[in-house]
Amino acid sequence: MTAGLILRRVELVFGERLVVRVPDLAVRPGQVATVMGPSGAGKSTLLAFICGTLQAGLTASGEVRLNGRDITDLPPERRGVGILFQDDLLFPHLSVGDNLAFAVPPEVTGRRARRQRVETALVEADLAGFARRDPATLSGGQRARVALMRTLLAEPHALLLDEPFDKLDRPLRARFRQMVFDHARRRQLPTLMVSHDPADAEAADGPMVQLDAYDDPVMTNGF
Amino acid sequence: MRGIGRDKGAEVNVTDPPQTAERFDGRADARPHRPIAGRWLAVWPTVTLTAFLTPVAVGLAGTLAPAFGYLPALGGTTLTLEPWRELMERPGVTRAVTLSLSTGITATVVSLLLAIGLAASWHGSRAMALLRRALAPLLAVPHAALAIGLAFLLADSGWLARGVAAGALTIGGPLADEWARPPALGLVNDPHGLALTFGLVVKETPFLLLMIVAGLGQIPVDRTLAVARTAGYGPVTAWVTVVLPQLYPQLRLPIYAVLAYSLSVVDMAMILGPATPPTLAQLILVWSNDPDLTRRFAAAAGATLQLAIVIGAIAAWFCVERLAAHLGRRRVVAGRRGAQRSAAWIGSGAGFAIVCGATLLGLAALALWSVAGQWRYPHLLPVSMTGDTWAAAAPRLAMPAETTLIAGLVSTAIALVLTIGCLAYEKRAHLRPTARALWLLYTPLLVPQIAFLFGVQVLLVAVDLDGTWLALVWSHLMFVLPYVFLTLADPWRALDDRYERTARCLGASAGQVFWRVTVPMLLRPILIAGAIGFSVSVAQYLPTVFAGGGRLTTLTTEAVAMAAGGDRRVLGVYAFTQMALPLLGFVFALAIPAILFRRRRGMRS
Repeated sequence: MTAGLILRRVELVFGERLVVRVPDLAVRPGQVATVMGPSGAGKSTLLAFICGTLQAGLTASGEVRLNGRDITDLPPERRGVGILFQDDLLFPHLSVGDNLAFAVPPEVTGRRARRQRVETALVEADLAGFARRDPATLSGGQRARVALMRTLLAEPHALLLDEPFDKLDRPLRARFRQMVFDHARRRQLPTLMVSHDPADAEAADGPMVQLDAYDDPVMTNGF
Repeated sequence: MRGIGRDKGAEVNVTDPPQTAERFDGRADARPHRPIAGRWLAVWPTVTLTAFLTPVAVGLAGTLAPAFGYLPALGGTTLTLEPWRELMERPGVTRAVTLSLSTGITATVVSLLLAIGLAASWHGSRAMALLRRALAPLLAVPHAALAIGLAFLLADSGWLARGVAAGALTIGGPLADEWARPPALGLVNDPHGLALTFGLVVKETPFLLLMIVAGLGQIPVDRTLAVARTAGYGPVTAWVTVVLPQLYPQLRLPIYAVLAYSLSVVDMAMILGPATPPTLAQLILVWSNDPDLTRRFAAAAGATLQLAIVIGAIAAWFCVERLAAHLGRRRVVAGRRGAQRSAAWIGSGAGFAIVCGATLLGLAALALWSVAGQWRYPHLLPVSMTGDTWAAAAPRLAMPAETTLIAGLVSTAIALVLTIGCLAYEKRAHLRPTARALWLLYTPLLVPQIAFLFGVQVLLVAVDLDGTWLALVWSHLMFVLPYVFLTLADPWRALDDRYERTARCLGASAGQVFWRVTVPMLLRPILIAGAIGFSVSVAQYLPTVFAGGGRLTTLTTEAVAMAAGGDRRVLGVYAFTQMALPLLGFVFALAIPAILFRRRRGMRS
């Protein structure tokens, strides 16, 4: 059994003729790999493929293995892959606590046990006592931390980051990035980050992958 | 197949389409990714289209066949032009057609000018912001209740005459003597159909304005206007020359729907329109209910003529659109800047004030008459108030009110389920709405009701389904569904699908995500779409008459039947109840999410 997240012969197909071949990649537990590339190169599509939420109309092929298990054909909820977007995407109709409780696995039964998980997560995020708050009343940094804790509470075996630091202010950004990486390393999660900021890649200190897409017909014929 | 080497070991491959297909089919380990949702969702569009287009198609066939003599039940087995000859020989047909055309086209043109003038000259004002909130409830007022309210205003002894009389009596002199008795104004049921035209304008202007407001959300209005204004164009000129052309494609179908409706309206025409002769649609209705069954052939020919009139009017409108666009472009090239505050500002403001004022006063008149004790001309207000009319009417009101409520709730619930199914499928399959789909959706609103409902009734009678709940609910569903879909589609499509993806990755199944994320987040638009659907059902007159077969009657059919020479107090009770039901729907639609999400700032919009 190979621990970590492994991509093998993954190809993304856009429309009729554009193919992006993703280099084979192995992300070890606790390691943060960075995917870089210009917009439109298929970075977010790759993450959607890995977590199983690729929209219809886009095709992809290849194999995704997580801790020795082939997860390519599993529905997203059974893959054990957590994802964090650049927007926090906290559910606006739920309180902060309920947003977190949404993620607590069904195996944790009983009101008290589930609430305990939520409280612990809030303390970890330096947000103790925020359970009943409306997410809309939190600051950007606080919301980002809730989103991270929500992703982690689902107990994923791998973490995907879709430019999650992009919308944060500079000072906040480095701090939140450190927090995300610390959590990922402490939990030994193989982590794949999409970013176009070299500072992110530097902080990740892991393997780097460059994606490029060409849809220029002249290029298509020229090579 | 060629690759480009990259320094970090990455490789990019670019292929032509045929090669791509070959490669994926040919590779042993290639596993095309499966969509995340069950394919069963694909049944929704089929079921939905079948549910609301079958009656239109079948009904049109059922109208066209007897129009050319084929109706075996009445002994018509050969194709003949006899029904048309009979139609032409009926007295007043030419006049009826002229009336339909003059009232329908005038109403559409005036409503559109008013709505455009208002949107253009009042853009960005506080009055406009307030108005936007009031539009949906204003639209929810059923046609019949509105028409009855207007009749109460305009009648010889109506509020308008009483108002003038009150003024005249204060001034005194010969004028006072003249107005001491109800004047013979003859404003309602006038031979030229002006009252009907007015009623249609009052009803359709808010609808077109709502469509304009909705369309404006899709284009960068403020920046577009800023460009034109800084180039020295006046506000109205800027709006008409740069915003309207972008907006018009989205307005086209709603305008055609207004045109089709105005040309073939029955219930408002029965209340406000001329009687001898009435409009074409009313004549058809009279013939199709005639005890002399052979009159059905003329009715079918008339319904076909009504269809031709609507198709012709839409075609003509389309040509005028082209001409207007051409002239508009010449004007743009000429570069005339227009005034700062043009007449459009005053004209449209005044026009819309009349529309809103007439609606509100009319509804107030309904309410007041329903509780009025003694209220003689020229008193402005009743001398006494009483609950007697309500107490006396209540037992007879209960049945039609119940039918209205059940038909409205059931058809709205079905429409919501079908709409949500289609929208969920659309999102999962990542389909883009097409112009063709929009035309299909508008079909029941573009084909004049009388043209296919006549055929629907013929067939319902043939299979012994007339007067059943199935027929009634189905006939309402055809009109409820397009409105529910059109209202819900935009907010549904606007929901960021990353919420659902996030929820899936947090371990929730597709079903859980639907019930715990999608539906709660969209609860407000879902309930508002439901309220609109319900109001559409409550307002239906012709479908209820044809599908109800006289056995199932609603508040609408009762109110319309009573409008001709009925007791104003009882009529007030029926029309007020008819108006109150849809408004209650809106109260629920707004209150439920407001209460559920009172502590969630992110849920307010």
